[in-house]
Amino acid sequence: MKFGVVVFPGSNCDDDCYYVVRDLLGEEVDFIWHKETRVEGFDCLILPGGFSYGDYLRTGAIARFSPIMRAISNFAGRGGLVIGICNGFQILLESNLLPGAMMKNKNLRFICRFVNIRVENNLTPFTNLCQIGQVLKVPIAHIDGSYYADHETIGSLKENNQIIFRYCSEEGGLAQESNPNGSKDFIAGISNRQGNVLGLMPHPERASESILGSEDGRLIFESVVRAVKG
Amino acid sequence: MKEPERITLDLVRAHGLTEEEYKKIKDMLGRDPNFTELGIFSVMWSEHCSYKSSKPLLRMFPTSGENILIKAGEENAGVVDIGEGLAVVMKMESHNHPSAVEPFQGAATGVGGIIRDIFTMGARPIALLDSLRFGHLGNGRNRYLFSGVVGGIAAYGNCTGIPTVGGEVYFDETYEGNPLVNVMCVGVARRDNLVKARANGVGNPVLYVGADTGRDGLGGASFASRELTKESDKDRPAVQIGDPFKEKLLLEACLELLNTGVVVGMQDMGAAGLTSSTSETASRGNSGMRIDLSLVPRREEGMIPYELMLSESQERMLVIIKRGKERETRRVFDKWDLHAVPIGEVTDDGYLTVLDKDTRVAEIPAKFLTEDAPVYMREEREPEYLGKIKDVSISTIPEPQDYDDVLKILLASPTISSKRWVYEQYDYMIRTDTVLRPGGDAAVIRIKGTEKAIALTCDGNGRYCFLDPYEGGKIAVAEAARNVVCVGAKPLAITNCLNFGNPTKPYVFWQFRRCVEGIADACGILETPVSGGNVSFYNENPKGAIDPTPVVGMLGLIEKMDFICTPWFKKEGDLIILLGECRGEIGGSEYLQLIHGLKLGRIPRLDLERERAVQDTCLEVIRAHLVSSAHDCSEGGLAVTLAECCISNSGKERGAIIELEAFPEILSIRMDALLFGETQSRILISCHPRNFPQIQRVARRNKVPYARLGVVTGDRLTIRKIKKRVLDLSLKELGEKWRKGLSHGDD
Amino acid sequence: MQKLFQAKVYVSLKKGLADPQGSTIKEALESLGYRNLSEVRFGKYIEVKLRAKTKKGAEQKLKEMCGKLLVNSIIEEYSYHIEEKG
Repeated sequence: MKFGVVVFPGSNCDDDCYYVVRDLLGEEVDFIWHKETRVEGFDCLILPGGFSYGDYLRTGAIARFSPIMRAISNFAGRGGLVIGICNGFQILLESNLLPGAMMKNKNLRFICRFVNIRVENNLTPFTNLCQIGQVLKVPIAHIDGSYYADHETIGSLKENNQIIFRYCSEEGGLAQESNPNGSKDFIAGISNRQGNVLGLMPHPERASESILGSEDGRLIFESVVRAVKG
Repeated sequence: MKEPERITLDLVRAHGLTEEEYKKIKDMLGRDPNFTELGIFSVMWSEHCSYKSSKPLLRMFPTSGENILIKAGEENAGVVDIGEGLAVVMKMESHNHPSAVEPFQGAATGVGGIIRDIFTMGARPIALLDSLRFGHLGNGRNRYLFSGVVGGIAAYGNCTGIPTVGGEVYFDETYEGNPLVNVMCVGVARRDNLVKARANGVGNPVLYVGADTGRDGLGGASFASRELTKESDKDRPAVQIGDPFKEKLLLEACLELLNTGVVVGMQDMGAAGLTSSTSETASRGNSGMRIDLSLVPRREEGMIPYELMLSESQERMLVIIKRGKERETRRVFDKWDLHAVPIGEVTDDGYLTVLDKDTRVAEIPAKFLTEDAPVYMREEREPEYLGKIKDVSISTIPEPQDYDDVLKILLASPTISSKRWVYEQYDYMIRTDTVLRPGGDAAVIRIKGTEKAIALTCDGNGRYCFLDPYEGGKIAVAEAARNVVCVGAKPLAITNCLNFGNPTKPYVFWQFRRCVEGIADACGILETPVSGGNVSFYNENPKGAIDPTPVVGMLGLIEKMDFICTPWFKKEGDLIILLGECRGEIGGSEYLQLIHGLKLGRIPRLDLERERAVQDTCLEVIRAHLVSSAHDCSEGGLAVTLAECCISNSGKERGAIIELEAFPEILSIRMDALLFGETQSRILISCHPRNFPQIQRVARRNKVPYARLGVVTGDRLTIRKIKKRVLDLSLKELGEKWRKGLSHGDD
Repeated sequence: MQKLFQAKVYVSLKKGLADPQGSTIKEALESLGYRNLSEVRFGKYIEVKLRAKTKKGAEQKLKEMCGKLLVNSIIEEYSYHIEEKG
């Protein structure tokens, strides 16, 4: 199988994702420059974290018009797997490949720290190796990470099991103190209706080796491999 | 802007040049300089660019060593060999005055500048550290500066994808109105990929890459060389807006271009932009350069040559490529949507020739601007205040009634308290190489593809240097080395930022000399040569000079990452041992300042041989896997160090019981001096009891005194003297005080 | 008798300073096919509703607010529009 890591001007976590897939998982991976217009031969595309276009105007607002986005949209439409991490998630939101929007963290500052997220749905290609309610220790690093969607949209997300991860305490409970940025309904990650596009604010590629503090994030990448290879 | 009709002495002075300097320029040129040339000389001969007051003394620094590949002063940054064909490029720079006027952008553009200094040499920047100093936090203006500076560093560093992994923050009234913002950047390159900032090869194209030129910072290099006054608020043009997105594009494009092999030389356009980059590359290359200003991309209309040459617009690079390689070069910059405009070529006449279409607007031998810049041996005189403060007898200091209270006050003080509020705004994890995050004695960054890691820290103490510049200079180096040793790394080399007042004041220059001597001596004994650095003079405010504040940035090397040491206690039952001895020196301590309001005394003496022995011992026992934790004793003394070992690992705090009879000195030193004195060359370690005999053997072999103080246990920090409780606090209470110091009341 | 006024304040970077967001947005618009752009500047918009006896009085207060808090006079400039609200 083959992963693709999309690189926008200003992407920073592309190397990190590439490293996890190639060096830790031993899977084939290529970088895809944002000016490309086709994606062929890939099973999973990763839109990595960073500051595409400096986050100028609105985060993800300019990257959504990159030439590659049309191909990604078609790829997703065909059922291809797409993971948007942090800025990647923001780009997917601006592109309407996922519903909702990101707002500034409630404390109006950048936050870099390990948090806990709870797996709400383990029937996706991204979480099939997890248990429902499993707590994963993964880091966040963002200033615009407060997920927002209107009442109707949140209702729809719940109905269709599109909420994949929620911020929680170490024991898995939901409480304001464990919600680092004020996200609606403690939402840390969601999928689209069909379940093949995932967006999450935490960085699983930074929690894939014990030397960095946690290996929990690796489960997401390994789940994808399992989903594709069987 | 219009060119003045003629050059008057007033105009010369307004440019920061003296009458003698102007005469020298006329003599060297054999004619009067024109207005553009006057501007060019004024920036290149400014303190900031020429180091005219500091060069002679900086020669005291040891700059060579078996690990030094490129020495201080040869290029934009120093280069240190770390083996396996890899080299570390590092440098520290100050952006003090701009940050005082506009803290966010001042700090942000400071970060931008130092990052460019690193990748201009062909190294990918892998870490940033910041050393910050402000006036008292109780004052609203200082809170504003502090928030702004941290926000600016975060915004710029995070956006460019470089982790900010360490640093220090101090609050002291000496920095009132003149904050210190020193930023250090470290990069890694393959030795054979390093690029020099030299113009070579006649006819080779000179390219202008990056952002358009505007009227930014006109007079900025001179701004840094003049004192801040109330007028400075109107120095609006001297503040620039950083564009970290453009910087990221530049970084990636330049590194990509370097891999194609077409680059002959590269330099960032920093202070004095086009002027410094062209004259310095030509001078270093022993060549010349001819450029045509009409080709320079600009974002303002009607810019005259003077403005184009002196502009400090950010995010611009000068790139010299091999002739005939224009197409490959264009391909790379087009990919990244960056301007890359040929504006001239390398010559061999030794001149910096500046044209505006067909008109010659400046013609100066490049070396006149660099090597031949004046150098001054300033007058120096030992300051009078030193005689009055040297000795203080402890008997004149009232002994505290409640040691619990004293420790709580120290832990909650902004200088000592947890810096989490600061570093959680920095993305310290980006690049997934940060193996030891902020909060320890030093940051540790792994080098993927090898088993190696580097340790980084920056340290300095202005109060020590005020009270004793020589000893304070030594201590800055020793402490930085001690910090990297505590994480298991061998100290290799330093960079530095020397922040001082107005050097034309004899006592300031005396302080400068003594600090430089101290740093030089310590670097010699500890074998950590100076790889480069920065001098920032004129740090004064309407009230006077700041405390002399040299800041040292240390690079350490861990050959094999199998054991990285952290400062916090680990296991119930571990023994707590102090390497080194207590001398109860309270001069210049945080304790004396915070509790008694006194800034005086003889600062702790540093015995460099003892320091070396303690560091060697610590490194050996860490690498032999004999210790669970190691933490260096610094501000606040032994009690604060103990508390930090107990509480700094959030969620995994560990208590301790300390029996002071372990110290032979206990009978002769007063309790407060013992607990809060800042005696040097001490490291607090903890270990499994079974490892103690071996640790003893290593310490004895190195002739290092040690004391077995107590044991890691329970949920309190208890310090006893012959069964009587001297200090007894719960971890919860200690943690609450320590975590509160900086936060504004939210999270 | 206090009247209600609505002020619309437009804050942007001072002319002459680099405006990275403005120029990046301009480039993005151009890449979307909008070719005839001369300049794009990026700023903030702040709405302030306040009570005052007269329009002049309201303006006075507003200028004070801008000077003290809303505008960073080192690097920003502003313009405003103020009118009485029914």
